[in-house]
Amino acid sequence: MENHLILETQELSKSYENQKNVLNGINFSIQTGEVVVIVGPSGCGKSTFLRCLNMLEPIDAGVIRLDGKEIHQDFKKAHLIREKVGMVFQSYELFPHRTVLDNIILAPIKVQKRKKEDVTKEAVALLTRVGLFEKKSAYPRQLSGGQKQRVAIVRALIMHPEILLLDEITAALDPEMVREVLQVVLQLAKEGMTMIIVTHEMGFAKAVADRVLFLDQGQVVEEAAPFEFFTYPKSERAKQFLNTFHYEAIEI
Amino acid sequence: MQDLGIQVLFRGTNFLRLWQGLWVSLQIAAISMLFSVILGIFLGMIMTGKNRIVRLLCRIYLETVRIMPQLVLLFLVYFGTAKHFGLDLSSEVSAVIVFTFWGTAEMGDLVRSAFLSIPSHQYESGYALGLQKWQVFFHIMIPQTVRRLLPSSVNLLSRMIKTTSLVVLIGVVEVVKVGKQIIDAARYDVPTSALWVYGTIFFMYFLICFPFSIASSYLEKRLKD
Repeated sequence: MENHLILETQELSKSYENQKNVLNGINFSIQTGEVVVIVGPSGCGKSTFLRCLNMLEPIDAGVIRLDGKEIHQDFKKAHLIREKVGMVFQSYELFPHRTVLDNIILAPIKVQKRKKEDVTKEAVALLTRVGLFEKKSAYPRQLSGGQKQRVAIVRALIMHPEILLLDEITAALDPEMVREVLQVVLQLAKEGMTMIIVTHEMGFAKAVADRVLFLDQGQVVEEAAPFEFFTYPKSERAKQFLNTFHYEAIEI
Repeated sequence: MQDLGIQVLFRGTNFLRLWQGLWVSLQIAAISMLFSVILGIFLGMIMTGKNRIVRLLCRIYLETVRIMPQLVLLFLVYFGTAKHFGLDLSSEVSAVIVFTFWGTAEMGDLVRSAFLSIPSHQYESGYALGLQKWQVFFHIMIPQTVRRLLPSSVNLLSRMIKTTSLVVLIGVVEVVKVGKQIIDAARYDVPTSALWVYGTIFFMYFLICFPFSIASSYLEKRLKD
């Protein structure tokens, strides 16, 4: 299949009551099969941007187009958009009263009206892929953070989204669990999943991204290939930001 | 044996009558609880709404019920309605009205806090999966709310059973009243019967309420997320 434009925004702007211009005229586009990583200091609007794409936040101005069609801010129909745009959150948000398997099969059965046996079969296959087959009857409270997040990814994947939004999915994890989750994402990228990833893991960003977007104060400050961005950042703000990840020995 | 007060319990059908009295208490508590749960769920949902005036009214209702002793409410409904509205409510009906009035307020507050204790991310992640509002409500909110509610509503039920002992004061013949009748009848030949009869009632309440108390703490542990 040819790669084509799948999602774009034009002059996307958003303010909160107590905070002006969280997003300030963002122009963005992503092709099928592409992985775009968004980085930036906290409060720069990267999470808000993802939430707008998934209609979890209303926008104030600008246009979002999915498959060439404008997404209108009609929240009664938001579920139709969200069916195509999957999202995984920082805090996993598995449903505590359902087993792992029931967490995964809820949406495909209720939203897409698929048959329970088919969905269960697919869920088991996906769980096996992320190494959690044994946990299919466990409850979320019995899982580690990394395991919960892998389940959350499977829960989004089983809806066959056209595009997947990952919102700081490793930020709440202990360091030793970050890798098991990012491994899954890397694998997805290899298989051609279209993804927009917000992350603070710079090493991971470098490895997974086709393109890096640097956001600051609600604006796209820099947009480049990962090697370029991490090696020769152009803007002063990006340089400053990247420097915060380096520690140098204190000179005595 | 002649001097032991316990013998009054075995006179005639006295012991059975005590249980029948307790059965009346339980019926009042159970019917009131049933109404309280149904109305309380509605009240709780209204209380989580956005309308400030409605919320304020609910708050006033809740505080009124909490501040007023149930006994005063019982007198108000039983004697008040008769005097001022000419209503001839039976004492049992008055009791159910008062306990429902009280239980609805308590239940409403429990439902409200159970609803609010579900983090907003829970329903957002439901929305993000393409579920619609009512689906999120039924498959995600309700089951979690019920889990959070179970221990505290079982607790409310046992409190309600205990508090029904007040209805003796508006003339309902329940376990305490039956006990008093038994003591009165034996006043002259067994003067020490009061301790034995009330003691028995104490254990009867305990027998009924203790399992609820156990169930409540068991559920609390069991359903913890």
